[in-house]
Amino acid sequence: MKHGRAFWLFVGPFAVGLLVFVYVPIGWSLLLSLFEARNTVTPTEFVGLRNYADMLTDEPFLASLGTFSVFAAFIVPLTFVLALALALLVNQISFMKAFFRSVFFLPTACSYVVASLVWKLSIFNGVRFGLANTVLGWFGAEPVAWTVSTSPPWYWLVLVTLRLWLQLGFYMILFIAGLQRIPQHLYEAAWIDGASRGWQSLRYITMPQLRTTSVAVLLLLLVAAYQAFDEFYNVLGTDRGYPPFARPPLIYLYYTALGSGGQDFGHGSAGAVILTLLIAGVTLLQGRVFTR
Amino acid sequence: MKVLRYAALSAAAVLFLIPFYLVLRNGLATEAELTAPTWTFWPEEIRWENFAELFANPAVPLARSMVNSLVVAVLQTAGQLVLCGLAGYGLARIPYRYSNVVLVLVVATLMIPAAVTFVPTFVVVSTLGWVSDLRGLVIPGLFSGFTTFLFRQYFLNFPREVEEAARIDGLGHWGTYWRVVVPNSKGFFAALGVIAFVTSWNQFLWPLVIAQDQDSWTVQVALSTFLTSQSIDVVQLFLAAAVSILPLVIVFVALQRFLVRGVSETGVKG
Repeated sequence: MKHGRAFWLFVGPFAVGLLVFVYVPIGWSLLLSLFEARNTVTPTEFVGLRNYADMLTDEPFLASLGTFSVFAAFIVPLTFVLALALALLVNQISFMKAFFRSVFFLPTACSYVVASLVWKLSIFNGVRFGLANTVLGWFGAEPVAWTVSTSPPWYWLVLVTLRLWLQLGFYMILFIAGLQRIPQHLYEAAWIDGASRGWQSLRYITMPQLRTTSVAVLLLLLVAAYQAFDEFYNVLGTDRGYPPFARPPLIYLYYTALGSGGQDFGHGSAGAVILTLLIAGVTLLQGRVFTR
Repeated sequence: MKVLRYAALSAAAVLFLIPFYLVLRNGLATEAELTAPTWTFWPEEIRWENFAELFANPAVPLARSMVNSLVVAVLQTAGQLVLCGLAGYGLARIPYRYSNVVLVLVVATLMIPAAVTFVPTFVVVSTLGWVSDLRGLVIPGLFSGFTTFLFRQYFLNFPREVEEAARIDGLGHWGTYWRVVVPNSKGFFAALGVIAFVTSWNQFLWPLVIAQDQDSWTVQVALSTFLTSQSIDVVQLFLAAAVSILPLVIVFVALQRFLVRGVSETGVKG
């Protein structure tokens, strides 16, 4: 087996790491989810599926799934449409193309922490002279307490615009790559057949040709929305802790498993397993629906 | 039509640049100017000395956390390129009975959102005694199934003739990889390297979980800690944010070609 030795020489170091830092944790997590484990990472008392039952009837956990759904319902379609629009616009111009592409891509260099800082303390800081409230003031509107108001829940506007700014450029690049793979002769043929250059070309040539890109973008957007943590933690968190509203699943998991109120690894692990199954299910389903 | 396009793009570009402008404006102002009752476009007097004060402030371990971030990002980038590159090549090019088993294990990790494994990974890393330790920050992030998968896809399309010439010259798998394949794949390595560096520099949840004492904070954790507390000067916070973005803006501007190509190659195929 001379290839065997060479294979493990190349793949071995990575495979060992993958086992230790991905598969062992997952296995341990499955084990811990069946046990009581508070303030310790060693299982203490076997409780069977009780942690799962607790999580599935736990109001804040279910609310966190609701928060994710609301967030995804905003962020997935908005990012998709706006990134596609930017890609179409940038792709159609010839002068200053690289400039615009760079400007839209540049926010990718920023972290969610930095963006949260700007959004929370500068644009939407809730005082009369904050940027958003200054602009509202020009139209005679009253200042809005953006991040602390729950009715209406203005914090959604803060969180959604923040993520849009950070991720639009990345998805725009994916769409531009997809657009550049569409053969020009398809458009020419369509125009000869009388299709309009705008809407009909988009509808009958561009969108069908972008099918694989679109599926990939939707999947990535959904998984990314589901993993929301950074901007929620930094925009809504305060020195007194995190408010009871707008906790996405990872925020909830973070406070359950590692929060200051007591480290509950049993329930935290059960929650992680439920979330993993959920996202894997949605991913498989979405992949199936869109590739049909 | 053309004018409309440029108008739309310019308006969008202004919106996209506003946050960068705000970081600079707020970081170079005085506290009084930031809390002034009317909006000023640019501070009356730009306070460059804010930089010196920021780095001299013992309450803000900015220099220390920047060094931590840099060390973590460089080690993770280099480690991923070496480990995932080798593994990707082995999976793509070395015929072996169990290579499909390993491949399935790699691809399966793509289905598990990395963020959900932070609880179990924390459990393992804390058992190893790596909390608030450089090892805990760096090592778990080295074994990226995604990067390995991308390398495999790339090496599958690498021209076989080039490798065969090396084989005829008497090189084995190891020699072929290092002397022929890697030097001919610099662009791809650069692209994945930039992506790994940016991702590592900007990551927040894992360092937040694992870097529990102040000496091990990365810059994102440091910024966040001051953002969610009352105890810091807002001007310094913005200036610290500006300083934290700087390394990436430099990387971006210098390597944008590779980065854009890398994103478009990886994102869609992945």
